[in-house]
Amino acid sequence: MALLEVKDLEVNYGLIKAIKGVSFEVNEGEVVALIGANGAGKTTIMHAVNGLIPKAAGTVSLAGEDITGIKAHKLVSRGMAQVPEGRRIFQELSVFENLQMGFFTRRDKSEFDAKLEEMYSYFPILKERSSQIAGTLSGGEQQMLAMSRALMSSPKLLLLDEPSMGLSPLYVNTIFDMIKKVNSLGTTVLLVEQNARKALSIADRAYVLEIGKMVKTGSGAELLSDPEIRKAYLGG
Amino acid sequence: MEFITTLVNGLSLGGIYAMIALGYTMVYGIAKMLNFAHGDIIMVGGYTILVFLAINPIVSIVAAVVMCVLLGVSIEKVAYKPLRGSSPLAVLITAIGMSYFLQSLAQIIFGTAPRYVIIAEFGSLELGALKIGHGTLITLAAAVCVMVLLNLFVKYTKIGRAMIAVSEDKDAARLMGIDINMIITLTFAIGSALAALAGLFSLMNVPTIMPTYGALPGIKAFTAAVIGGIGSIPGAMLGGILLGVVECICNSLPGVAPYTTAIEFAILIVILLVKPTGLLGKKRREKV
Repeated sequence: MALLEVKDLEVNYGLIKAIKGVSFEVNEGEVVALIGANGAGKTTIMHAVNGLIPKAAGTVSLAGEDITGIKAHKLVSRGMAQVPEGRRIFQELSVFENLQMGFFTRRDKSEFDAKLEEMYSYFPILKERSSQIAGTLSGGEQQMLAMSRALMSSPKLLLLDEPSMGLSPLYVNTIFDMIKKVNSLGTTVLLVEQNARKALSIADRAYVLEIGKMVKTGSGAELLSDPEIRKAYLGG
Repeated sequence: MEFITTLVNGLSLGGIYAMIALGYTMVYGIAKMLNFAHGDIIMVGGYTILVFLAINPIVSIVAAVVMCVLLGVSIEKVAYKPLRGSSPLAVLITAIGMSYFLQSLAQIIFGTAPRYVIIAEFGSLELGALKIGHGTLITLAAAVCVMVLLNLFVKYTKIGRAMIAVSEDKDAARLMGIDINMIITLTFAIGSALAALAGLFSLMNVPTIMPTYGALPGIKAFTAAVIGGIGSIPGAMLGGILLGVVECICNSLPGVAPYTTAIEFAILIVILLVKPTGLLGKKRREKV
């Protein structure tokens, strides 16, 4: 069954039609990537899905329930969490407090402690830095924190917006290994990435977006070997 | 000895400014707006005390806090919330309009003449040549309590941390499941409750009230918030105390006293020239 289903989505910025009728789905257990150039509308789709921006038309449903008009803050308890573009960790809060914000909608203390330990086991550096102010972390550490923060709510669906942006190749590998791991543990992943090669290598399926429209879809492996995709996104 | 008295009076007055400044700075931090009607909440608190004083002083204080919280939260819902996302100038003008509305309403209900509000008779503490009013000491103690409690709340509770998160990045906070409207309402409630207390303590020291009662303390507390760094909670406390102490010291010096207010605003100008973000203000990274 499709965990996330987006149908005929349209998003306008004033008079500009940014997303012109996009449909896609993410099945339970999959890693699905949205790839496309700068300005293709990847992040806009993310924000329309997570409720941060209004949709001009179309529907979004999560696990069979219509969530088109539901506000962003109510989607966390419905099982959706996001690692936003540019990480957007809370710079003035400590690492621990950032993780606490990721658990904001839940109350169970023992569950919180268990989740916290889980995150610290994935990224031991975060445990070392738990009382450090998050703004002082390196970019890679901030990305680990952003990812852990999103996972604190035990989401069914994890949205990742440009997780590799601005990271050194070493950290990019760490983050992508983590995405695979999280997915193998049962979290469905929707990934938006400019680094198409990296994204396609871990995606079960992918959609290619060009100026507000889906132009191609297929499995990660198919798209990796597709000559047109190779030319446009993978450097030949 | 006289200087110690002046200093204690200054700290006490500074405590009042700090309480008001906290309302300005918290609302600015969370809702990114300057609530120029904040000073008038103090006035409404004062008149509420006047009305309920006939029953009992304690009842009047509780009534003032409740009244101010309800008013502050309603103002946000009715006047500011519909403008969220529109130009900051529209919000600013609305806040100024709300300020005049409240003052005019008070004029219609209570008239323009000053009214006396004697909450209780206070003696003074005398230690040799040192003489400090009990009202002053109570104000100082209450201000310290309020500031400590507020700091503990913001730093150590989950909701307090959510307030910091919202002030830093609204969208990221929403993605955590934090209800921004709830946090904004809470911020207005806390700010207004502090304004009610500020009104109470001001009346304990100077027991007259009129419709423009909140205007000058409001502007001075706003100055204090900017001196400390608008958006910064410790900054509002520091700025408030600083301004109160400067005011009392200037007022105690015969040749300087007439220029007190000018000196206070001059300090603001100098501090902004040297450190445009205020004493404890941080330069925020602008997000695209």
